[in-house]
Amino acid sequence: MDFLNAIVALTNFVMIPAVAYGSQLALGALGVTLIYSILRFSNFAHGDTMAFGTMMTILVTWLFQSWGINLGPLPTALLALPFGILATMALVLVTDRTVYRFYRDQKAKPVVFVMVSLGVMFMMNGLVRFIIGPGDQRFADGERFIIKARAFKEMTGLREGLAIKTTQGITVVTAIVVVALLFWFLNKTRTGKSMRAYSDNEDLALLSGINPERVVMYTWLIVATLATIAGVLYGLDKSFKPFTYFQLLLPIFASAIVGGLGSPQGAIAGGFIIAFSEVTITYAWKKVLRYLMPDNLDPDGLVQLLSTDYKFAVSFAILIIVLLFKPTGLFKGKSV
Amino acid sequence: MSEPFLIGDSMTGGYGKGPDILHDCTIAVNPGEIAVIVGPNGAGKSTAMKAVFGMLNVRSGTVRLGGEDITSLSPQDRVIKGMGFVPQTSNIFTSMTVEENLEMGAFIRTDDISETMEQVYELFPILRDKRAQPAGELSGGQRQQVAVGRALMTKPKVLMLDEPTAGVSPIVMDELFDRIIEVARTGLPILMVEQNAKQALEIADKGYVLVQGRNAYTGTGQELLADPEVRKSFLGG
Amino acid sequence: MTDTMKHSLMFVAVGTLILLEGLTNWSFFSGSWNSSLVILNMGLISAIMALGVNLQWGFAGLFNVGIMGFTALGGLAVVLTATPPTPGAWSAGGPGVIMAMVMGALTVVSAVAVTRMLPKGRMRGLLMLAILIIGFVIYRALFDPAIGAIEAINPAISGNIGGLGWPVILSWPVGGLLAAGAAWLIGKTALGLRSDYLAIATLGIAEIIIAILKNEDWLSRGVKNVVGLPRPLPFEVDLQNDPAFVERAAGIGLDPVLASTLYVKLGYAVLFSVVLLALLWMAQMALKSPWGRMMRAIRDNEVAAQAMGKNVTKRHLQIFVLGSAICGIAGAMMTTLDGQLTPGTYNPLRFTFLIWVMVIVGGSGNNFGSVLGGFLIWFLWIKVEPMSLELIGLLTSGMGEDSFLRGHLMENAAHMRLFTMGLILLLVLRFSPRGLIPEK
Repeated sequence: MDFLNAIVALTNFVMIPAVAYGSQLALGALGVTLIYSILRFSNFAHGDTMAFGTMMTILVTWLFQSWGINLGPLPTALLALPFGILATMALVLVTDRTVYRFYRDQKAKPVVFVMVSLGVMFMMNGLVRFIIGPGDQRFADGERFIIKARAFKEMTGLREGLAIKTTQGITVVTAIVVVALLFWFLNKTRTGKSMRAYSDNEDLALLSGINPERVVMYTWLIVATLATIAGVLYGLDKSFKPFTYFQLLLPIFASAIVGGLGSPQGAIAGGFIIAFSEVTITYAWKKVLRYLMPDNLDPDGLVQLLSTDYKFAVSFAILIIVLLFKPTGLFKGKSV
Repeated sequence: MSEPFLIGDSMTGGYGKGPDILHDCTIAVNPGEIAVIVGPNGAGKSTAMKAVFGMLNVRSGTVRLGGEDITSLSPQDRVIKGMGFVPQTSNIFTSMTVEENLEMGAFIRTDDISETMEQVYELFPILRDKRAQPAGELSGGQRQQVAVGRALMTKPKVLMLDEPTAGVSPIVMDELFDRIIEVARTGLPILMVEQNAKQALEIADKGYVLVQGRNAYTGTGQELLADPEVRKSFLGG
Repeated sequence: MTDTMKHSLMFVAVGTLILLEGLTNWSFFSGSWNSSLVILNMGLISAIMALGVNLQWGFAGLFNVGIMGFTALGGLAVVLTATPPTPGAWSAGGPGVIMAMVMGALTVVSAVAVTRMLPKGRMRGLLMLAILIIGFVIYRALFDPAIGAIEAINPAISGNIGGLGWPVILSWPVGGLLAAGAAWLIGKTALGLRSDYLAIATLGIAEIIIAILKNEDWLSRGVKNVVGLPRPLPFEVDLQNDPAFVERAAGIGLDPVLASTLYVKLGYAVLFSVVLLALLWMAQMALKSPWGRMMRAIRDNEVAAQAMGKNVTKRHLQIFVLGSAICGIAGAMMTTLDGQLTPGTYNPLRFTFLIWVMVIVGGSGNNFGSVLGGFLIWFLWIKVEPMSLELIGLLTSGMGEDSFLRGHLMENAAHMRLFTMGLILLLVLRFSPRGLIPEK
């Protein structure tokens, strides 16, 4: 019984949050990794692209809510999501036309692109704050839980409850669907293959008649979609705040690099590695250990390895370890 | 003499704004022929081929394909016009499977490519066995076959190979040459740059010996092999 | 017009902007000399930070986006150097903290030694893991009670280890040293990495430093802030109570309150200018020296420099430490000026990326350019808000006073400054990529 309680506590406080957070990071890291493999630079504006997409989705959600449209038990934001994606697509395409394309034609060095993305980051950040303000926004509605802790306790008779939030369920399901679609697109469609070809060998792709501008355009469209979905899922699960999204840049980059920059599989693996490490290292294990240890060995502290405020330190430490021992990441990424 | 199918006529030029590397150099090939460009290191062999393919600033002279002047076209446009080019290095998509490499070769085509792919597999049977493997995992000789196969997928009117045997063992080289002859027998003109002058000239219908960016000797492969001057200076006696 | 003249005119122009801030209240200028001097003082500090970043980026091409961390370490130095020691804190927790630190260092050193000495394999992995786990447990066992003891001392006003009680000016070089030490550690691990990996690594380090300042209450009181830091200049109130000062102020026709605030701010301006000029002079000497030429040679062609026998990594480490130290000094100066350490207010947009805008806009690779960029961008950072309020007011003047859109726009005008900074950066990168005062 104690063992079961421990398992449930572990699932409730570590596994479920980490899986949801990992899915969000993985989707974010996929966007970063795609930009890196096609446009060949680290996009510092990615967090703010996510923020923009989420903001647009929130605005449309509010509009729908004011019209009385909703999805019943599911959050209205899911209905607004396509509009958020479209707006983000428009934004990134305009950005590419007006900003990045010039440097592409110049064949500028990657670090110049990174600088430019810093400028874009500032502008998007300012734009989002200007439109929706810097504060916290909650926009999740509908049913809050798939399984409530109390219902679970009554059902199983265990002391520990297990709660699954609707947003966590949606996050995982959406992430699986999106990733499956993305891999199908990259591996099975002509356009997807041409993107991989371009990422693999740019000169040969040109010789094969692949139009780089089209590849770049498709990349931005996919990245806008991924960024918006990742942002909305994160916002539903926690809350939306422009600055938090900017700060997500660090765990997202850590995920992409740990997995191997440029490798989509790596981005997903990296997202979960970072999420699980962050959650396990900053979780207070007392609750779980209480069931497993004999009574006289009950831990008196919280058995928390690091305070939650150090979660950046966790992503970062993993990042450094991987970079030192396996610089191309776990799945072999590319190095420019 | 009638107009050859593909001709780089009296080309002079160099990379970008750099100095001229080619001087009044002429290269041509006709259907069913293998034309080989040989010469000492730094003679501008690859440069001459790149000039024909449009990767070089040709300041004077013209490149004509089937009588049409294509001097001002970009390499990509020349691919659309029917020129297939196999670069010396990085000539395959290493992370993609053999079959995907072939598909990407046919990217500009909108018709059914399965027939062409079948032909490539017949020409290079080993590729059929390895079609689901990432091309980067293949051996050097197999990679070159993928590279040639990729170029053939566009159904080009002329095939250009930049040192296809660079870095492969002599046995593999012989096999590659056999395949190239087979391709030529289908009527496809082949223009090739080769480091292994002797073997290449043996299979060549036409040979160009370049020295310092100029045509030094021109003739059939056999003529050049027999020419004592050529033998003395390039073929080691 | 010669370049020198053109560049001097640019400095004059920025100087005029700052003067106008004090002289006139036309449009977005406030007409307050206090505000003008505040901009000048922060401009001086910004110029020093830009100088440090320029050293790393302009001289050596190192992409450091962890400036915030080094600035914050400078701030911590002020607390640790200048505040009076907390009575009893050292005896309560000092030995514990030091032993914990030693233990932590020992753990890392022995883990590294194991990695170096033993052959690769499962044995090595397990041993290393064991060392790390045991080390961590002992570290926490020593550390937790020690900081508990420190934090228990008078938590309402101190609860931290306190400082050495030295004059606050000394904290500036100490800030430089602290930042240099951190930079050395980071450089040792991260400098071999590619440019964008280095960027991510430094970004992460900065966040960690801020997290430490926010959470390690025993060190910096965390988010409870350290206020009332000692200052190098007299307090305004004391000046106002000093009859001699009041008399002198009256002599030049100023009321004592205004005179005292201006006096203190001018005093800071003089101190900061001395530091800026000294650092600028050193940076110029370094740029012209063989060392500076070698740095730029390495930046322009690392492979060639390596082939010529230059130890690229070592040189990079040198300049990384130097540049970071300058940021640390500037950080200490800033905290001194503020009179308080507020770890919660460090934000990478303001403390890292804004400095980058200064360097790029001013002209990377040119020390004078960075200084100019520091002043100009800081002026804009402060003034874009009133400027955009003015602009939005003008654009929406057709709408009614109670229009929702107008209200929203006016309310959020403050956020235009991030947008504007991004726009300026993009425009400079596009149309004048070498900046206002390009590298010679």
